[in-house]
Amino acid sequence: MTDHNDTITREKFMAELWRYKRGSVTRRHFLGVTGLGTATAVLGAAMPGLMPRPAWSQANIGDRVILATWPNYHEPTNFEAFTEATGAAVQVNVFGSNEEMLAKLQAGGSGWDVFVPTNYTITTYVDEGLIEPIDVSRLPNYDASAFDARFASPGTVNDTLYAVSKNWGTTGYAINTAKNGDVTPTTWKEFWDMTMTNFSGRTMVHDYQLTTIGNALKYFGYSFNSVDANELADAEKLLLDAKPHLFAINSDYQPSMRSGDAWMTMCWTGDGKQLNTDIPEIKYVLGKEGGELWSDFYAIPKGAPHMDAAYALIDFLLTPENNAKEALFHGYPVADARTNALLPAELLNDPIIYPAADLLSALEFGAAATLTDPNRAELLARFKSA
Amino acid sequence: MQPRVKTWLFLMPAGLWFLTMLVLPLVVVFIFSFGERGAAGGYVPAFTLDQYANLPARWAAFRNTLTLAPIGTVVCLLIAYPLAYFLALRTTPKWRTLLLILVIVPFWTSILIRSYAWIFILGGRGLPTLISALGLGDVQLINTPFAVLVGIVYGYLPLMVFPIFVSLERLDKRLLEASSDLGCPPWRSFLNVTLPLSMPGVATGCMLVFILLMGEFLIPAILGGGKVFFVGNALVDLFLQSRNWAYGSAVAVTLVAIMLVTVTAYMRFTRRWAGGRDDVSLM
Repeated sequence: MTDHNDTITREKFMAELWRYKRGSVTRRHFLGVTGLGTATAVLGAAMPGLMPRPAWSQANIGDRVILATWPNYHEPTNFEAFTEATGAAVQVNVFGSNEEMLAKLQAGGSGWDVFVPTNYTITTYVDEGLIEPIDVSRLPNYDASAFDARFASPGTVNDTLYAVSKNWGTTGYAINTAKNGDVTPTTWKEFWDMTMTNFSGRTMVHDYQLTTIGNALKYFGYSFNSVDANELADAEKLLLDAKPHLFAINSDYQPSMRSGDAWMTMCWTGDGKQLNTDIPEIKYVLGKEGGELWSDFYAIPKGAPHMDAAYALIDFLLTPENNAKEALFHGYPVADARTNALLPAELLNDPIIYPAADLLSALEFGAAATLTDPNRAELLARFKSA
Repeated sequence: MQPRVKTWLFLMPAGLWFLTMLVLPLVVVFIFSFGERGAAGGYVPAFTLDQYANLPARWAAFRNTLTLAPIGTVVCLLIAYPLAYFLALRTTPKWRTLLLILVIVPFWTSILIRSYAWIFILGGRGLPTLISALGLGDVQLINTPFAVLVGIVYGYLPLMVFPIFVSLERLDKRLLEASSDLGCPPWRSFLNVTLPLSMPGVATGCMLVFILLMGEFLIPAILGGGKVFFVGNALVDLFLQSRNWAYGSAVAVTLVAIMLVTVTAYMRFTRRWAGGRDDVSLM
């Protein structure tokens, strides 16, 4: 437990606890934020009314902005700087899956101003009327031409811009190679085979249909996004065979990897980077068969209560200087060339963050169908309850 | 007329609360359970029994809950009774207060945080290290049904201790003296006097623990590593992951129905067991 993400102050912890008790955040959020110390969420200020607004602040954007995002995904000092500059405190809700975000917005009354959807969910948000179109004129620091279209284009649906690119990344797995004779595997086949043999009782998979089912599909060489009944049946059999050998089904895997209880886990880029930085024998692997390539976005939900603050926050975080700080903190790649120009070369050359082209080309973007397909959801439920 | 109006006025806040926070949500859940899942999740009005027909798909969750909840209740009882007995009958008043405070103190911290502490105790660097250092072999404790049971017993023990303690403390000590004077050895006094008179506390404690355990989802999620799946966990997933509100509602209605049946049966049973005495109240 050595990295910089591990600290959460007593005050923040209690604040999160109260939010959890009030029901304004979910269990997953609370676990994500406090989760054995992998905490990054920040309450800009617990009591916005007590925060003096700087006299030079021109536009009145209100005293708060509420952000729904992912664990370990923001530089806390950026939020402090935003609050200092605008007077609006940033309240963070952290989520464990896109499904959960969608569920909250479908239920209504989320109260969010900004949320961070992943590429494959945006069309569903548009179809369901849950997302505001982005007015680019209110984002002076956003420059569409600076973004890699491969990662930014899912934000545009039916020629309307609904979301602006935050980060992109991959889903691979992290393995403690010290437990495998210093050998680093290279495929998803090895991931599942080792889980059922020499890594029995030491592997974690995500509590998330997209990646857990998707990476089981890769064992057979099927598409990560398959909704084909026969292919899903194969994946289900593999998952059920592997289940007795799993250490846990949990998307909060850093604590167990750090403590040594788990030796291998499905893993996102930034977590892989954070683990590798602190414990070099933990390597990040992209399966040769493929897997997930993803990009995350900033978007504004329909009826956001603090619309001005939402635009201000997105604009602030996409300002290259601030975005570079974000990237240095969380280790996820950015699609914005202006930001990358500010990042140190060793980060840009890091094979975890920017994988080799041949590994990248095998990856697939998640497909919208997986989000709404009831069979995949039920498959995961059967897997968990088996 | 006047007092009646007053009574109604005083009852209004509680009544409104009961209606809006309990009755209405239950009605909504009941109606939803006959609906269908929307294409992108949520609820679409319909009248179908499909959701109930699909209940066997959550059989494992019901099985886990219906096994671990009674086991957890019984283990709680076995640990709590001697403790409560000791507290009520074998301590001086000064020590009693201190020990009672020790039983209450854990309640000052959220069960969530206390469960997290068990992750470290049961995790690889905790008890298993000690066990293997003692040469008793390698065991995995965390993320097993055993870990969930430990968490359950730990979390719910005070709820069992207090009702039993109260019933034992109110015990008329003269009855024990009388029993002794009439030639009963202590163990017979216990079986014939103390135990029957403490049954109301036992019944209350078991009821409290069992009902809360049936809805438990936090401890299995934290100490079961996502591998020990209760009905509570199934509900969380159905509403937050697969967004199948109709099916989730059917599972919830079924859980409520099971609770009503078991709790009613339990109350009948304890009434009869206690000889139909009026002083055996459950709450």
